[in-house]
Amino acid sequence: MTAPPSAFASAADVTSLLVLLCVMAMLRAPFVRSQVRIYRFQSLAVTALVIVIASTHHLDGLYALAAISFATKVVVVPEIMARLAPSLDADLSSSARLKTASMLLLAGGASAFGFFAIGALHLPVRTLPGPALSIAVASLLISFLLVILRSDVLSQGIAFFSLENSVSVASLVVATALPVIMEIAFLFDLLVAVVAFGLLMRVHHRRAKTLSTEQITRLRG
Amino acid sequence: MIARVALASIAIVPLVAAGLSWIAGEKVKRIATVSAGFVSFLSAIAITNLLAGGERSLHLGSLLTADPLSAVFCLAATFLYSATSAYSLGYVKHRDAGSSRLFNQRFFIGLNIFCWAMNMATIVNGLALVWVAIEITTVISALLVALDDTDGATEASWKYMLIASMGLGLALLATVLIYAAGAVGIGHGFSIGFTPIMAAAKKLPPQMVRLAFVLAVLGYGTKMGLAPVHTWLPDAHSEAPTPISALLSGALLAVSFYAILRYFQVAATTLGPAFCRDVLLAFGLLSLLLASLYLASQRDLKRLLAYSSVEHMGILAIGMSFAAPIAITGVLLQVLAHACAKSTAFFGAGSLKEKLHTKDMTTMRGGIHLLPWSGTILLLAVLALSGLPPFAIFRSEFMIVQGGLATSSGIATSALVVLVTAAFFGLSWSTSRILLAPASRDAPRRGELSAWMVAPMVVGIGLLAVLGVHVPGGLIHLLHRAAAELHTPGRVSR
Repeated sequence: MTAPPSAFASAADVTSLLVLLCVMAMLRAPFVRSQVRIYRFQSLAVTALVIVIASTHHLDGLYALAAISFATKVVVVPEIMARLAPSLDADLSSSARLKTASMLLLAGGASAFGFFAIGALHLPVRTLPGPALSIAVASLLISFLLVILRSDVLSQGIAFFSLENSVSVASLVVATALPVIMEIAFLFDLLVAVVAFGLLMRVHHRRAKTLSTEQITRLRG
Repeated sequence: MIARVALASIAIVPLVAAGLSWIAGEKVKRIATVSAGFVSFLSAIAITNLLAGGERSLHLGSLLTADPLSAVFCLAATFLYSATSAYSLGYVKHRDAGSSRLFNQRFFIGLNIFCWAMNMATIVNGLALVWVAIEITTVISALLVALDDTDGATEASWKYMLIASMGLGLALLATVLIYAAGAVGIGHGFSIGFTPIMAAAKKLPPQMVRLAFVLAVLGYGTKMGLAPVHTWLPDAHSEAPTPISALLSGALLAVSFYAILRYFQVAATTLGPAFCRDVLLAFGLLSLLLASLYLASQRDLKRLLAYSSVEHMGILAIGMSFAAPIAITGVLLQVLAHACAKSTAFFGAGSLKEKLHTKDMTTMRGGIHLLPWSGTILLLAVLALSGLPPFAIFRSEFMIVQGGLATSSGIATSALVVLVTAAFFGLSWSTSRILLAPASRDAPRRGELSAWMVAPMVVGIGLLAVLGVHVPGGLIHLLHRAAAELHTPGRVSR
């Protein structure tokens, strides 16, 4: 008889699945507002996983990481994105390079590839919960797709932040007791990325008078 | 004592210069930037001397360290810092009429922080810290690329930020995987410095190291400009202000290559050299092939030089894939030579662009006539980049080819020679036309823009010639030691 999964393993599996579903939902979100909301929820799920790991592995330092993660990813970043968007109700259907059904089909293919490729590696981590890492890598690949398939800077920015969440989940399940330096790296990455992305989005909007990237095609070849 | 002061100088002085650039007046910020560049370069020379003299490695606390491998890259990055800061004096002065005080302030702050981050990437102790430093370079350089505030600069900056950040996301995953592999091999709670992970490299689980290495090459390869993830590079290099283009090409690509080499060290020890060779060979050949094709069809001078960078990064990757000691020594010499040659070429291209107010090669004529010094040195730098003697790139490429033949990599070596020759024709044909053809009637007056813009070019081409004719004994000893750190003979496991 096999032992029931631990609280950590269950939480990791559920969180990675939620992150995957969120990025899928971002692909078919009709408005910027919906994408920001989905990102907020995705980040909340990642923060919850950090708290579970802190509790089950008795790593008090991770509570601080969870608090900062909540403050930045759930509150500050979505708020900044909302302020940057000239209209949160902007229709995203025109910024999609493919129809929703085709995008979801591609996303399904990418996620299947990520899931089975990682599974085939048989990574020897004793603490590695079930399929969490494979699902996290699958959502990472869909985040890549999201960047490619959306042609507006806000969606591309949100896709990048979603990729960060996927990397966070993968890291948390692979190396539960991250050294402090790695935790700092994560937070640093998020903060500087927000600053740089925010600045560049503003510059782009000021020059192009639009958030679309369709017109930035001068530099080719 | 000297080692500590040198490491501390590299870590602190550029930040002081950045601070002064923020609060002080025009003159002070220029003096501070040039001084910081030279102090950093002199510190790197001091580190090189100590390591060449037999020191195994140098430390400052647990966070900063220098060994022969890091010293080579630190030397390249700090040389670029000093050369670029000197060139920038002339560049900014020449632009003064058209640029605001705000531009100058942002330019000097950004330049100093960018160089600081690149220098730090070469002397920090641990893969996680290398990642943090390279992430800082991305953020700062993306903002610097956008500094000219043109449509092209904004577009290039956005593409660069997006593509490089996603690449660094993969590199972060690679870092975490290496840490997790370490936790499996030597238990939780170990320091993520280079020493513990290298000491335990043979005990690490091969599957995780294999995945980490591929992710690292893909992630840092994005910043290094390896095809097919190089697409940001020609845009950013061509649209950035010229001093930033020189730094991006000569130093940033090398620093990203340094990060890959640190993974190479671990992976080659764990897996044996075959897997790492295969991965690098595939990326290297693709980069070289693509660059040699694009070099023949460029119309933008700075974009041409950018594709030349893709070519040289491909050569470095192929050289590492040969994994012979002489090829690896050649690769490390090529890092130094490329830093000198590419910065000199970009400086020349920038001066020509400022003189003619265009970088479209179909309309540029009379480069040597209009800029007797810069034009001539640009031509020499392009010939050096094309691998002609007596310059150092000829020597380094010769060593790489020699290594390829020594390891029986006949097909790869032949491909390298053919593609480098194709790139030579593309690069030299385009540039010789704009430099040697007579100037048009409505061309501006003959004469250099500024002595500050010529001096770093003279030094750069001089160093290229010196390194090509005779590499100083201390430096060649350092290169051999660094190559020995990277050379992993032994069983081939796939």
